[in-house]
Amino acid sequence: MAALELILNNPIISALVALGALAAVFGAVLGFAAVKFKVEGDPLVEQIDALLPQTQCGQCGFPGCKPYAQSIADGDSINKCPPGGQTTINELADLLGVDAPELDEEHGEESALPKVAFIREDECIGCTKCIQACPVDAILGAAKQMHTVITSECTGCDLCVEPCPVDCIDMLTVEPELHQWHWAQPKGVAASNIIATDKTVATDKTTATEEETAA
Amino acid sequence: MRQIWETPGGIHPEQNKHQSTGEQIGTIAMPPEIILPMGQHIGAPATPIVEVGQTVLKGECVAKPEGFFSAAIHASTSGTISAIEERTITHPSGMRALCVIIKPDGKDTWAPLNPCDDYTQLSKDEILERIRNAGIVGMGGAGFPTAIKANPKSNRKITTLILNGTECEPYITADDMLMRERADEILLGAQLFCHLLTDVNEILIGIEDNKPEAIAAMQAAANALNDERIHVVSFPTKYPSGGEKQLIQILTGKEIPSGGLPAQLGIVVQNIGTAVACHRAIVHGEPLISRVTTVVGQTLEKQRNINVLMGTPIGFVLQEHGFVSDYKQRIIVGGPMMGFAADNQNVPIIKTTNCILAPSTKELPLPAPAQPCIRCGMCEQACPASLLPQQLYWFSRSEDVEKLEEHNLFDCIECGACSYVCPSNIPLVQYYRASKGTIKLQREEKAKSDHARLRFEQRQERIVKAEAEKEAKREARKQAALEAKKLMAEKAAQPANGETENTTNAVDKTASKVVDPVTQKAKLTRALTSAQSRLERANAQLQTNIDEDNGSRKDALQSKIKQAELKVNDAQNKLDAFNKEHDISSSEPGTPQAKNSSAPSNDKGKDATSPALKKMAMSDAEKQAAAVASIEKRLGVATQKYKEAQEANTPTADALKLGVEKLEQKLSDAKAVLAQQANDVSANTTQPVSKNEADAALGAIERAQAKAKAKAAMTDDEKKQDQIASLKKRIDKAKTRLNKAKDENDDNIAAFENAYNKLQDKLTQIS
Repeated sequence: MAALELILNNPIISALVALGALAAVFGAVLGFAAVKFKVEGDPLVEQIDALLPQTQCGQCGFPGCKPYAQSIADGDSINKCPPGGQTTINELADLLGVDAPELDEEHGEESALPKVAFIREDECIGCTKCIQACPVDAILGAAKQMHTVITSECTGCDLCVEPCPVDCIDMLTVEPELHQWHWAQPKGVAASNIIATDKTVATDKTTATEEETAA
Repeated sequence: MRQIWETPGGIHPEQNKHQSTGEQIGTIAMPPEIILPMGQHIGAPATPIVEVGQTVLKGECVAKPEGFFSAAIHASTSGTISAIEERTITHPSGMRALCVIIKPDGKDTWAPLNPCDDYTQLSKDEILERIRNAGIVGMGGAGFPTAIKANPKSNRKITTLILNGTECEPYITADDMLMRERADEILLGAQLFCHLLTDVNEILIGIEDNKPEAIAAMQAAANALNDERIHVVSFPTKYPSGGEKQLIQILTGKEIPSGGLPAQLGIVVQNIGTAVACHRAIVHGEPLISRVTTVVGQTLEKQRNINVLMGTPIGFVLQEHGFVSDYKQRIIVGGPMMGFAADNQNVPIIKTTNCILAPSTKELPLPAPAQPCIRCGMCEQACPASLLPQQLYWFSRSEDVEKLEEHNLFDCIECGACSYVCPSNIPLVQYYRASKGTIKLQREEKAKSDHARLRFEQRQERIVKAEAEKEAKREARKQAALEAKKLMAEKAAQPANGETENTTNAVDKTASKVVDPVTQKAKLTRALTSAQSRLERANAQLQTNIDEDNGSRKDALQSKIKQAELKVNDAQNKLDAFNKEHDISSSEPGTPQAKNSSAPSNDKGKDATSPALKKMAMSDAEKQAAAVASIEKRLGVATQKYKEAQEANTPTADALKLGVEKLEQKLSDAKAVLAQQANDVSANTTQPVSKNEADAALGAIERAQAKAKAKAAMTDDEKKQDQIASLKKRIDKAKTRLNKAKDENDDNIAAFENAYNKLQDKLTQIS
C-alpha cells in the first residue's frame, strides 16, 4: 500500500524509474544478443562469391573469385566476369539491388559453351608449368612425366595455355551431353502474332526493303 | 465395388482409341537393320560388350548395365553386329548417341535361355539379379529400371501393389490390347512382384472405364487365379489419371508429398507391360527384346497394335502399315499429349515407345500461334497437380527461378492439360519443361562451381602453408648463420683480450696458420698435376678409340677431354691466383709472421667474414667490376716489380714480364665481360619481368588481363594483327628455345621443333 502511495505521489519520478529500468533490461538483452549472435566475417562477400562461377580465371583482374567478391562488396562494378556472363551480372544485380549493367568487354567476351583444357599427351614434355598455373589442381603429372587434364575438375580458365613451352594445350569446347539437354523456351507472344498471316507478310516486307536497300 | 477417390483438375480430350483396337496384336516382317541405343532407360547408358562383326543370337546380351542405376540391352534377333556407332536416337533432342547395330540373318535363332518353373525356389536376390540382367525397365514411358523399383529400401514396408492399366492418353491402346490378350501373364507378373515385395496384402489393377473388354478379361483372369488380394478397379475416364501420383490418389485416396516417392506410403506402382516382361523374364527366361506398340494415325492404311522387336526403325514400321506422307507430316513418338515429334524416321523403337502416331494435318493440326495470356484461369482448373500454371508461366518467362521453385514447379507432371485448355494457345507445358531443364542445369553448374571453389581454396591453403614452411626454414638457417658468426667473433675476440696472458698460444696459432699457405700450395699443385695427367690419359684413350673402333665412342671421349681440360684450367687458375696472392703478401714489408703477430687479431674475424658477406651482397656486375679493379691493382704491382727486376737485372725479369703480359690480357677480358653484363642488365630492365616468378598463376593472370584490356579497345582487324604479332613473338620464342635445345643436345628437340612448326602453320592459317 505504502509503495503504491509513493508512486501515486511521485508520478514523474516513478515513470522515469520505470522507463529507466526497462531501458536497462532491454539494453542488457541487446548487448547479450550482439555478443552471442555475432556474425563472423562479411556474409555479403560469401553471398557474392556463391554467385560467381568459380572458374578462378582472373579475367576480372583479381587472383580468383573470392577476391573479386570482396572487391564487389567494397563497391567495385559487377560486370567484370566474362565466364559468368550476363546471367551472373543479373544475379549479382538482384542481390545488391542495383541495375544490371552490360558485361564489360574490357575483361573478355562471354563464350556460349563451356570449355576444357586438353593436353595432346604425346607432345607433352613434362615441364610442370601448366600444373603450377592451374588454379584448381585439375592437371595431373610430374616432372618429365606426361601431364593430363582431369576434365571433370577443369573450369576452362585458360591459364594453362600460355605457360606451355611446346604449345600442346588446346581449349576444347564441351559439346552438350544428352543428359544436359532440355526443352528450349517457346518464343514469346508478340502483339503482331495475333493474326498468323500478318507475321509472314511482315517478314516478307522487311526482306523486300532489305533487298531494296542492298540494291 | 471398391471406393474410389476424385483427383483435382483433368481434361476430357477426344479418346481416339477405337482405330487401333479392331485387330489383335500383330507382328511385322524382320527389319533390314536393328538399332539398339545404349540409353533406353533412366540412368547411365549401358556399355557394349560385343564387337563389330560378331554373330549374336536372339536374346543374347549386347550391353551390360553401367553401375547400379542402369539396365542391360539384348539382341532382339539373331544376326551380325554391323556397327557400334553414334546414331540419332529416339529422344526429343534429336541428338546422337552410341548404338549397337545388328544386321539380322533372318533365322531368328534364340540363344539358350534359363527358364525357371518355380521362382519361389530362388532367392529374392537371385530373382532381382535375373530381372536386372533381362534389362527390364518401366514400360509406361519413363523407363525406370524395374529391379530397383522392385527392391525398395528395407525400412519401407510395401503393402499395396498397383498395376497401372489406365492408359489415359488418347490414341494409345497398347496396354488395353495387352490386358485383353495376356491377362493371365499380367497377373502372374503381379504375383511375382508380390513375392519380391513380401508384405503386399492387396494388388490393385487400375483400369479406366473406357476399356470394358480389358476389365472383363482381367476380372476373368483374376477369378481363375483365385487370389483374393487381386482387385480389378475401374474408374471414370479422365486425362491424366494414368500418372503415378494421380492413380495412387484415385485408388487409395492417399497423396504423395511433394518430392516424395510412393514407397513412403507403402505403395509400388508398376505398368502392366512391365509385369508381363518380368513374368516372361523369370519363368521363360526371355530378356526384354520386344514390346507391344500402338501404330495409329490417319496417314496409315492399317492402324493396330504390334508386338515389335526393340530397335526396329520407326520408318520401317510405318512402311509396313502403308504410310503415305501428308502435307506437313509429323511423326509423333508417344501420345498426342506427352509425346514428341521425331524429325528423323530412322530412329528405333525402344523399351519405352508405347505409340507411334502418324496423324494427318487435319486430324492433329499444328498448334495455332500463341496469343497473350488473358488470365482466364482455365489452366488452374485443369491442372491435376493443383499448381498455378499461369503464375508459373509468368515466372518462367521472366526466368524467376526462386519464384518458380516457391510455386512448386517440380511437382508439375508435364501432362499438358494446361496447354490443352488454354484459349490463347500458349504452349504452357513447354515453358515448364524449359524452366525445369534450366534449373536442373543451374543446380549442376552450382554444384560444379562449389566444387571448384573448394579445390581453389584448398590449393591456396596448401600454397600458403608451403610458403610458411619455407619461410620458417629460411628463418632457422638465418638464425643458425647469425649464431655461427657470433661464435666466430667470440672466438676471435678471446685471444685479443687475453693477449698478454696467452701470447704463446696466439703465436702458436698464427704459426700454424702460416704453415697453411705452403700446404695449400702443395695441394693445388697436386690437383693440377692430377688433372693434367687425366687429360693426357683421356687424349690417349681417344686416340686408341679412333684407331681401333673407328671412333665409336668419339663423342663421349671428346666431352670427357673437354671436361678434363676445364678441370686443368680451373686448377691452373687456382694455383695462379694463390701464387699471386702469396707473392703480394710476401712482397709487402715485414715477414708474414711479423705481420700476423703484430696485426690486431680481432680484425681477423672481421676479415674472414666481411669479404664473404660483401661478395654475397654483390650482383654479378659488381663482382665483375671488383674483379677488374683487383686485376688492375695486381697489374700495377706486377709492372712495378718487373721494372725493379729489370733495373736490378735479376734473372726473374723475363718471368715477371710474362706475368705482366698475362695480367694485361686478363684485364681486357674482364673489362669485356663487364661491358657485356652492363648491356644485359639494361636489356633486362627494359623488358617487363614478371615480378613474382614463384606464382606462375598470378603472372599469367596479369598478362591475360593486360591482353584482354588491349583487345577490348581493338577492332577485328586490329585483333587479327595483334594475334599475328603475338604468334610471331611466340614463334621467335619457340625458335630461340629450339636453338638452345639444339646447342645443348636436349632430348626434347623433336617436341620443340614440332611446337615451332605448329606455330608457323597457325600463322599461315591466320594470315
